[in-house]
Amino acid sequence: MRDVAVVGFAQAPNVRSTPGTTNGVEMLVPIFAQVYEQTGLSKSDIGFWCSGSSDYLAGRAFSFISAVDAIGAFPPINESHVEMDAAWALYEAWLKIRTGEVDTALVYGFGKSSAGNLRRTLALQLDPYTVAPLWPDSVGIAGLQARLGLDSGKWSEKDLAEVAARSRADAVGNPLAQVSGTHDGADLLEAPYVADPLRAHDIAPVTDGAAVIILAAAERAAEYARRPAIITGIEHRIDSPVLGARDLTRSPSTEAAGRAVGTGDVEVAELHAPFTHQELILREALGLGDDVRINPSGGALTGNPMFAAGLARIGEAANQIFSGRARKALAHATSGPALQQNLVAVLEA
Amino acid sequence: MSTPLSAPLDLAFDYTRSLGPVLGRFAAGLREHRIEGVRGSDGRVHVPPVEYDPVDAAPLTEFVPVSEEGTVQSWSWIAEPLDGQPLTTPFAWALIKLDGADTAMLHAVSVPGPSDMRTGMRVRVRWADETVGHIRDIAYFLPVGVDDGPSPAPPPKSEQDGVMVTPIQLHYQHSASPEESRYLRGLAEGKFLGQRCPKCGKVYIPPRGACPTDGVPTVEEVELPDTGIVTTFCIVNVPFLGQRIKPPYVAAYILLDGADIAFLHLVLGCAADEVRMGMRVRASWKPREEWGTSLENVSHFEPTGEPDAPYESYAHHL
Repeated sequence: MRDVAVVGFAQAPNVRSTPGTTNGVEMLVPIFAQVYEQTGLSKSDIGFWCSGSSDYLAGRAFSFISAVDAIGAFPPINESHVEMDAAWALYEAWLKIRTGEVDTALVYGFGKSSAGNLRRTLALQLDPYTVAPLWPDSVGIAGLQARLGLDSGKWSEKDLAEVAARSRADAVGNPLAQVSGTHDGADLLEAPYVADPLRAHDIAPVTDGAAVIILAAAERAAEYARRPAIITGIEHRIDSPVLGARDLTRSPSTEAAGRAVGTGDVEVAELHAPFTHQELILREALGLGDDVRINPSGGALTGNPMFAAGLARIGEAANQIFSGRARKALAHATSGPALQQNLVAVLEA
Repeated sequence: MSTPLSAPLDLAFDYTRSLGPVLGRFAAGLREHRIEGVRGSDGRVHVPPVEYDPVDAAPLTEFVPVSEEGTVQSWSWIAEPLDGQPLTTPFAWALIKLDGADTAMLHAVSVPGPSDMRTGMRVRVRWADETVGHIRDIAYFLPVGVDDGPSPAPPPKSEQDGVMVTPIQLHYQHSASPEESRYLRGLAEGKFLGQRCPKCGKVYIPPRGACPTDGVPTVEEVELPDTGIVTTFCIVNVPFLGQRIKPPYVAAYILLDGADIAFLHLVLGCAADEVRMGMRVRASWKPREEWGTSLENVSHFEPTGEPDAPYESYAHHL
């Protein structure tokens, strides 16, 4: 089967709140224009469209249908949607190209988290019988995971602060980041707990945002990008939804996906870790050593648009290839509570 | 440009779920102040029970009673509880391994402050004052030895056994787009404001953030009259909850003169069986003092008595 390449990527500014609608049109129209400009493609050149978003975030049924307005979907288009991070929409689009059904695909994700209370909304992704009725919030659950590692000595609060400090420092160079700044890890530790053992710097901000990627069959990719980023591996795996039945300080699904794609010789990795300790879990699961540059964009800790942040990791990894800064880059996306589902992709020049 | 309109949007609904043999037995046990787990293929006792083994997917059927006391495996502190959580005062989420279980369950622990929590501490169930066969029959956990008053005796068999009802309430701030906001503010002044797509020239009302054909924002504002035609319609004969008009009545697609997209509204002022495709209609506005930023300012459309529009003039709008 033929290879598939990322040939274009754009994302909306990561911000705490936008005045726009929950259907994302206002965030999507400008970034669609950007990827058309980058690739020289237009709407009629796109063979397949796939998006990731959630009605629970929007508070309305079929919100992604309104988002299709941003495409200009007439005459009718070949379109699909996942109620997951758009990294999984990219997986569906990758398959469509790989199997030869289409030559190009546009993948987008969007989320206006500011419309509701994200910590509560995310409770509804939990087991609906024995967990969700308690309304466990996303930060509280991440705190349980973080403490397991603190108690076992797998990481310290200082380790977590250093992840935050590095991420925020890297985000200084990313004009689309929501949070950035130069901090000393020790200074960060003086901040109060938000949800003991987590402090504000351990927790990705609540973000409104959107991201878009254009994929093309590898043999066509040179027409659309000077240095296409060939997807040489992409796999996703899932762990049990039962939080109390798995070792939360590890991510077996990430380990399995990483093994399947092969992570050797990776120079840079964009990891979708909405909490500082999760970056440490992912680095271990993927076997990434100290020589691998982690999240040069600042990562999800500096801007975490729901349903788009995972896709943006793939886009940021592709940017490393586009710009010639790396020859082999890894991208990771997560969905669900406490790193339940994980997707790993390897991109090469 | 003025700020887009926004308003609170509060959603509330119940999830009513059938439980099946495994979760049904667990829930019925909770109502009777008992906790039962299920033994997995590898011998581990899962609490809450799982229907299928998480490793080999075998259906699990061997129930194992476990204690209502257990040990905290991990915890996090919630200083400001959110709506719907088990406690309204600051509390800890905890993973609790009940004595006799091999997996931990997530629940809340009631203690005064985070300094009263530690991994490894012993906790016990505080049953809800009224148990119905639901995970919330466990109100929360307390440190072993802390007195929280007696729990009332559990009720006898419940008619709800086998079903779990979970109310959901979500609160949003819903925003209209800038284009919709201009349209809604126009309605508040008794005007229909549409917008024309700069590419295809079509006039949309309500205007869209992007032309659904071309994907570009619509910008040119077009004021439309309050007259138009019925393109297609249905006669509502069925009564339903919340219905405000006595059936039979007509819900119709109204295409305003000069618009390229129809919207749904009511046609009154004639017998339902007199409504026709192509019929000319005019908006019947409510008294001005009742107007807001809503299409509800128009109570309905009614026939003007003019000759019907020919089918060819609206066939492409169906």
